[in-house]
Amino acid sequence: MGRIVLENVSKSFGDTQVIPPLSLTIEDGEFAVFVGPSGCGKSTLLRLIAGLEEVSGGSIVIDGTEVADVPPAKRGLAMVFQSYALYPHMTVRKNIAFPLRMAKMTQSDIDARVNQAASVLNLNDYLERKPGQLSGGQRQRVAIGRAIVREPSAFLFDEPLSNLDAALRVGMRMEILELHNKLETTMIYVTHDQVEAMTMANKIVVLRAGVIEQVGSPLELYRSPRNKFVASFIGSPKMNIFEGDEAKKHNAHSIGIRPEHIDVVKSNGEWQGTVGVAEHLGSDTFFHIHNTGLSEILTVRAIGDVNLRNGDTIHLNPRADDFHRFDEKGLRIT
Amino acid sequence: MAIVAQHSKFSKIAMPVLAWVVALIFFFPIFYMLLTSFKTDADAVKPEFLFSFTPTLENYTNMTDNYDYWRFASNSVITSVSATIFALVVGVPCAYAMAFDPSRGTKDILMWMLSTKMLPAAAVLYPMIFLTKSIGLFDTHFLVIMVLSLINLPIVIWMLFTYFKDIPKDIIEAGKMDGLNTWGEIKEILIPLAWGGIASTALLTFIFCWNEAYWTVRLTTIDAATLSKLIEGNRAPEGLFFGRLSAVSTAAVGPIVVLGWFCQKQLVQGLTFGAVK
Repeated sequence: MGRIVLENVSKSFGDTQVIPPLSLTIEDGEFAVFVGPSGCGKSTLLRLIAGLEEVSGGSIVIDGTEVADVPPAKRGLAMVFQSYALYPHMTVRKNIAFPLRMAKMTQSDIDARVNQAASVLNLNDYLERKPGQLSGGQRQRVAIGRAIVREPSAFLFDEPLSNLDAALRVGMRMEILELHNKLETTMIYVTHDQVEAMTMANKIVVLRAGVIEQVGSPLELYRSPRNKFVASFIGSPKMNIFEGDEAKKHNAHSIGIRPEHIDVVKSNGEWQGTVGVAEHLGSDTFFHIHNTGLSEILTVRAIGDVNLRNGDTIHLNPRADDFHRFDEKGLRIT
Repeated sequence: MAIVAQHSKFSKIAMPVLAWVVALIFFFPIFYMLLTSFKTDADAVKPEFLFSFTPTLENYTNMTDNYDYWRFASNSVITSVSATIFALVVGVPCAYAMAFDPSRGTKDILMWMLSTKMLPAAAVLYPMIFLTKSIGLFDTHFLVIMVLSLINLPIVIWMLFTYFKDIPKDIIEAGKMDGLNTWGEIKEILIPLAWGGIASTALLTFIFCWNEAYWTVRLTTIDAATLSKLIEGNRAPEGLFFGRLSAVSTAAVGPIVVLGWFCQKQLVQGLTFGAVK
């Protein structure tokens, strides 16, 4: 069981309040992702749950128990750090066994659990090596191994993949998801990468300056962002947002439309402009378009390879149903 | 290119030569002391016997027979070892706290500790003698151990702090998550990871304690007197007995030179011991 409830949790460092009172519930078995730009307080929030930082106010309840005064190890949580934080002086086996040794388990139980974790994570061949002799991906697996042997009620991941190269990151992402499917344990995952958030989460928590901007499933956030910040943060490339006459036509202060919701047509498009940079990816083409009269640069995603080059005139038709309307405060108008 | 090549040729020859010259200049007094220790007091002051003389062990036998060298030596060992251990026992938790749980005042405290080294020792000499005599601590091992460890504590804490700072905080936090308490963090993570640094600190502190003369000479008479006091005592009022003095000095610095020689490797290892980042 791993239901985590935060109620009016706040955190200040000295006079600076980094997290104003905030409430959030993470259900048992959920894969929750905290996402936001750097400095938004997502890691701090995770560390508050872990117990590595003390809360300045409010309560944290894990499985019905108030844990504000409970030391980290007694909260039944396991954490995977960005830097892996392996013990460099111990072998992989000893690293994974360490939390069990601290919990004073018998040697035979420890061996059984370590071997099981090692085979789940394909670490059998590396058990006698030291972390220094492993690649980044293997170190990350050891860190996960050290977390799963404890059989925690929830896993906490603090940007675990940001030290890995792009290809390895995609692979590890899948491994973590498969692990979640297998264990069905609550996982809280912190990242600044919205793609990671979209692909992994059941529930995304978007944070800015310590404030929760929106909580929802990836597609909820994609389809109905509650404000301009979430609208431009979720989705890649970013949503086009502009003000002016076009917005007034839709009875809004500003409107947004995603690059994939604008169609490129041969002629007589509702909008037109000049192609600046064209990124040809094969499967898609991203156009950065100038002189539309809407915003400085308009981004459009066309399916397949569209043969338009720098300086060409481009005709566009936005899909009327896919506009997002925002008021003066940047909040969504429904 | 030609200039660069010439320059490197010059530095290939000149730099080692310069290094040797500097090394010899530094080594000469020690060598001279060693030579003199095998001369009679009469020969020692005669320039014509600088290198050619009849070696004698008289000074050494005299030292062990008449001056009770072994008592001074054992006092040196007892006080230096105990002071080093005490300084580490206090310094390790202190540096740990400052490295991993710093507060706003940490930097100021570190500066303050260093500033205590700036106080001229002579300024507190009379209060120290007066106080230690009046509470009966004068000329005791306890006093020497306390003084030696306290005067070295700032350096011990600074050195350990620098070594500990290199250990990623994440590793300590991972330990916390895995169930370690503060003592466990120190024992299971900090000491194994900073072992090289702690060893170099210990070695250096031991050397400082062994060589300390100002306080050990002034706060002891017989019972707790160290080798520094023995050398000082041989600066005899009847005149300078260079042979005898050299023998005493050689016997006093000998152990520390040998220790330093054997621990060279340990010192270098301590400085290069790397943690996985």
